[in-house]
Amino acid sequence: MSELTNLTLAEARDKLSARDISASELTGAFLDAIAAGNPALNAYVAVTGDEARAMAARSDEKLANGTGGALEGIPLGIKDLFATRGVHTQACSNILKDFKPHYESTVTANLWADGAVMLGKLNMDEFAMGSSNETSCHGKAINPWRRKDSDQALVPGGSSGGSAAAVAAGLCLGATATDTGGSIRQPAALTGTVGMKPTYGRCSRWGVVAYASSLDQAGPITRTVRDNAILLRSMASVDPKDTTSVDRPVPDYEAAVGRSVKGLKIGIPAEYRVEGMQGAVDSLWQQGIAWLKDAGAEIVEISLPHTKYALPAYYIVAPAEASSNLARYDGVRYGLRVDGTDIADMYENTRAAGFGTEVKRRVLIGTYVLSAGYYDAYYLKAQKVRTLIKRDFDLAFQAGVDAILAPATPDAAFAPGEFSDPVSMYLNDIFTVTVNMAGLPSLAVPAGVNGDGLPLGLQLIGRPFDEETLYSLGSTIEQAAGRFEPTRWW
Amino acid sequence: MSVDIDTVKRVAHLARIKVTDDEAGQMTGDLNNILAFVEQLDEVDVSDVEPMTSVVEQSMKKRADEVTDGDYAADVVANAPASEDNFFMVPKVVE
Repeated sequence: MSELTNLTLAEARDKLSARDISASELTGAFLDAIAAGNPALNAYVAVTGDEARAMAARSDEKLANGTGGALEGIPLGIKDLFATRGVHTQACSNILKDFKPHYESTVTANLWADGAVMLGKLNMDEFAMGSSNETSCHGKAINPWRRKDSDQALVPGGSSGGSAAAVAAGLCLGATATDTGGSIRQPAALTGTVGMKPTYGRCSRWGVVAYASSLDQAGPITRTVRDNAILLRSMASVDPKDTTSVDRPVPDYEAAVGRSVKGLKIGIPAEYRVEGMQGAVDSLWQQGIAWLKDAGAEIVEISLPHTKYALPAYYIVAPAEASSNLARYDGVRYGLRVDGTDIADMYENTRAAGFGTEVKRRVLIGTYVLSAGYYDAYYLKAQKVRTLIKRDFDLAFQAGVDAILAPATPDAAFAPGEFSDPVSMYLNDIFTVTVNMAGLPSLAVPAGVNGDGLPLGLQLIGRPFDEETLYSLGSTIEQAAGRFEPTRWW
Repeated sequence: MSVDIDTVKRVAHLARIKVTDDEAGQMTGDLNNILAFVEQLDEVDVSDVEPMTSVVEQSMKKRADEVTDGDYAADVVANAPASEDNFFMVPKVVE
């Protein structure tokens, strides 16, 4: 790793604006790091070197004449789920083969307006359905972390596995990601990076390939809490093109980094102490509690009684919404077409060839739970359970809790193929999915390593639109825990 | 509740995904595992609970009813597998 790719986003920003380094040399260093590291890590599925150099050259002009934006010259990776004009956008699915949108997602448009440089598109589970990045049509991304004294490949988590792997390996300064049931926080925890799932409605979903629209939310994965706050400020906006985008000004999140957490009331939910949780995860959680207590926060036990029902309810709501959203892939308007004897046969052949197994599984479950006679028993019931899950959080916040501290994942990174049946893979999201069901913001922060030397993360859950408190608490944990970087083998 | 292979084939047809007998058999097992997992929800008393419609309390935004976008048919069909004169081309639907 060269000196330039070792910088944090905040350090690079300061050096660029002081003109100690140029955007072109910074982008060049990352393109070199990608060329060297990507064959082993498969984090990028498309590298946009020419575009990156052109964007960096424009940034250098702006930096020279003092008109640089908040992210001027900062090289970023973009999850393949975000539409980028004229550039590979495939959601890592064969059904979107060769798709190049003629429009730009709001989130990426915000980043380019602030001067960021696009290095390329990042690997992910197909249509963001997965917790290991193994369902990508471009092959799995590999975690830059390995167990101590082992060369066994590990997954970077998912669905934003490419984003997390690229950030952890120094193949970009930060990455966009999305989180429907844990897809930002779980990969962040498994790679020692920082991931924020903002409040539902904070980042526009316009131009983001839809999975489950009532749960999907974009957010950043970065190396530090400060970098995360900087990136979220640019990603977030109020967007008339997304009716669920919330009309609230975007605060200066960076100002919350390092702010005192003295007197904040932190809830510790008893229901997150689940059977089969790894000892290292539990002791890290206790360590996190101790750090926040030392920083002057008040620790209170709380109860979120419907926690265990979040994952089963999710596996009704998310597939139901997915079956509807993915109906658009019909071989007519974009992507793959496989001919048939008539139009219905063409649809069926196209979707059989274009979708992978996990996507088919979820579309079939979704179609079934929404089919005549089953809607009330499944979908309506799940939406009622969702009301109860949100009520649990509402009651905790009404009782004066400012944020909740819990583990991010039940265990550290695992090997490809380790979870062979779908339900056991789904259990990876047991701690993260409640937050999506309630629409709340949540920050995953690396906090320690397990006995194998693999990173583990803690998760902070906040009140709606109170990402700032999470950044203050996250930076407190980061200061106590230090940063975690993999030993380079790639 | 559980599904049999005929139900899986019917649902696959509703979802317009062609499945072989082998795939339908495999999916039957997978779907039954998932349905058994979600059955836990039967333990929850949801009488008098309203279903969630939105996680954020915000009334639906309505924009002015005016044309703000359009006139780029060529862009819309640019990614189509088959198109002609800015129309999507599909197999014959009506004889």
